[in-house]
Amino acid sequence: MSMFAELWGFLRQRKKYWLFPIVIVLAVFGALIVLSQGSAVAPFIYTLF
Amino acid sequence: MTYILGVSALYHDSAAALLHDGTIVAAAQEERFTRVKHDPRFPAEAIRYVLAEAGIGLEDVAHVAFYDKPFLKFERLLETYLAVAPRGFNSFRMAMPVWLREKLFLKDLMKKELRRIDPGFDDAKLLFTEHHISHAASAFYPSPFAEAVVLTMDGVGEWATASVAIGRGNGLEIVRELHFPHSLGLLYSAFTYYIGFKVNSGEYKVMGLAPYGVPRFKDLILEKVMDLKPDGSFRLDQRYFNYTAGLTMTSKAMEDLFGEPVRQPESDRLTQFHMDVAASIQAVTEEVMLRMTRALAAEYGIANLCMAGGVALNCVANGKILRDGAFEHLWVQPASGDAGGALGAAQAAWHMELGEPRQPVAPDAMRGSYLGPAFSDSESAAELSAAGARFEQMDEDTALARAAAALADGKAIGWFQGRMEYGPRALGARSILGDPRSPSMQKVLNLKVKFRESFRPFAPSVLREDVADWFEIDDDSPYMLLVADVQEEIRRQMSAEEQALFGIEKLNVARSDIPAVTHVDYSARVQTVHRDTNPKYHALISRFKALTGCGLVVNTSFNVRGEPIVCTPTDAFRCFMGTGIDALVIGNLYLEKSAQDPALMESYEEKYELD
Repeated sequence: MSMFAELWGFLRQRKKYWLFPIVIVLAVFGALIVLSQGSAVAPFIYTLF
Repeated sequence: MTYILGVSALYHDSAAALLHDGTIVAAAQEERFTRVKHDPRFPAEAIRYVLAEAGIGLEDVAHVAFYDKPFLKFERLLETYLAVAPRGFNSFRMAMPVWLREKLFLKDLMKKELRRIDPGFDDAKLLFTEHHISHAASAFYPSPFAEAVVLTMDGVGEWATASVAIGRGNGLEIVRELHFPHSLGLLYSAFTYYIGFKVNSGEYKVMGLAPYGVPRFKDLILEKVMDLKPDGSFRLDQRYFNYTAGLTMTSKAMEDLFGEPVRQPESDRLTQFHMDVAASIQAVTEEVMLRMTRALAAEYGIANLCMAGGVALNCVANGKILRDGAFEHLWVQPASGDAGGALGAAQAAWHMELGEPRQPVAPDAMRGSYLGPAFSDSESAAELSAAGARFEQMDEDTALARAAAALADGKAIGWFQGRMEYGPRALGARSILGDPRSPSMQKVLNLKVKFRESFRPFAPSVLREDVADWFEIDDDSPYMLLVADVQEEIRRQMSAEEQALFGIEKLNVARSDIPAVTHVDYSARVQTVHRDTNPKYHALISRFKALTGCGLVVNTSFNVRGEPIVCTPTDAFRCFMGTGIDALVIGNLYLEKSAQDPALMESYEEKYELD
């Protein structure tokens, strides 16, 4: 859970509160993707990810 | 007695570097140990090596510095996906699992992995530096300058794709940044993709291909694809790219603009069109870099420039910056790619976080970049015996004499000596060497030894004291990061008939007295060899010179296409047996191919995935 506390701290410091609900939605969305597939496939363009 | 461990990992080219009271003890890329090219995994093997080199355990390390800030990167990722939504869903679908499983939990991952090495590891020791601070630190702190402008350029870090910093004493302050998606590194990679090479490893090929072409699309790129300002800053028109939203680098608009589809790697032929595109993007890159360096020199009035980041490996552009003279002195970090971030993160922790003073040293603090593992003759002999090799042990003088004679005889020699290089270039510690005077050497090395495309040129290793006799440069270039032309008097002009030859066929025409290292435009990627940093290599080339009057050799990395450079004597022997290398010199052990057991020969060509 420490990651979430740190992420919240990060958003506060960057004053990007508006990202928080998006993070939650995306995390849920992303979690669904993770759960619906077997393995994490590393994307091919390193730089973006 | 403070040890700082720097780590770069999880994107590409994972590496570890260790500092002892600010002095570089050891540094190495993970790929060399795991034998997986550009290995992005946590660099456990490299960390174990650097700790062993210092004779310490992880518990003795005061800080572990990671080379970028994952949350900032995640922020960029989310904002980019939001900006392009609903496009980008496919890319999002690919990226999220990796982030949600691993990268967002980087601190936990680091803790877990480091506790495998030291179960009592305290996570309060972890530090995170920004990606471009890591690059800038790796460029400035080991440089010989007390004060310098530091320019870093790569694909992208967190948000920054290029940064300008001012380094003074132990301070380093970023004064300007260029942000994603406007990136010189990604622009070059996009064209690398368009020409049909692999992103993140094929950029060298584009640079090598450029001299075969004419930059006839340069103006088109500057007019349509980018808006380049006089100070070198620019914006990319995202209509032509797809890297923010998709799984390709370029979009359909790019194909329409140039009138040809993306070349399919390994199936579509390379044509004059692709060579002209390569020449054009190289010319654009040089234009951007020269505008930047001229503007920075005028603005800050500082004589010294340091560079790092993947774009700083563009040695053709580096050579032009040096000759341009806007800065009097140029120093480029040899491990300019992300592997070098490990070193930069550690140095940033030492000087910026802990505020420790810095004393610049000449020629630099990298010790020739020979920062990896070394093997004694007895260790090598044990490994070779176990591998079934037949070798002769001799004194150094005899080994040098035999190797020099074999080179003069036109043989390809595997040269495995001392500590392995840190960074992408082989600098005479894990190299394959040849006679540069031989007209057939380039083709032989490319096709029989390296199994790679025949257009790719080789680099010369030249005695520092002889460099100006052969090349139009009289500066140190110990890391093979500067390109210079061969001297006028040794050039050979092409006849009208030869001039008419098509693209790559021109390579078969000898262009100078040292054709194996002379590119079609008379350029060469020069490495100067110094007695102080690599005495044995210097001695070998001196012997070769005594036999032939030629104070340089062909130097290419000791590997085949797609394989990481060899690390251990066993790796070297395997590569030796799988390729057309004629003799192998490991320390003072000498191996002749003809003396080896033919049963140990193996087909090596198919072993590694092509890069």
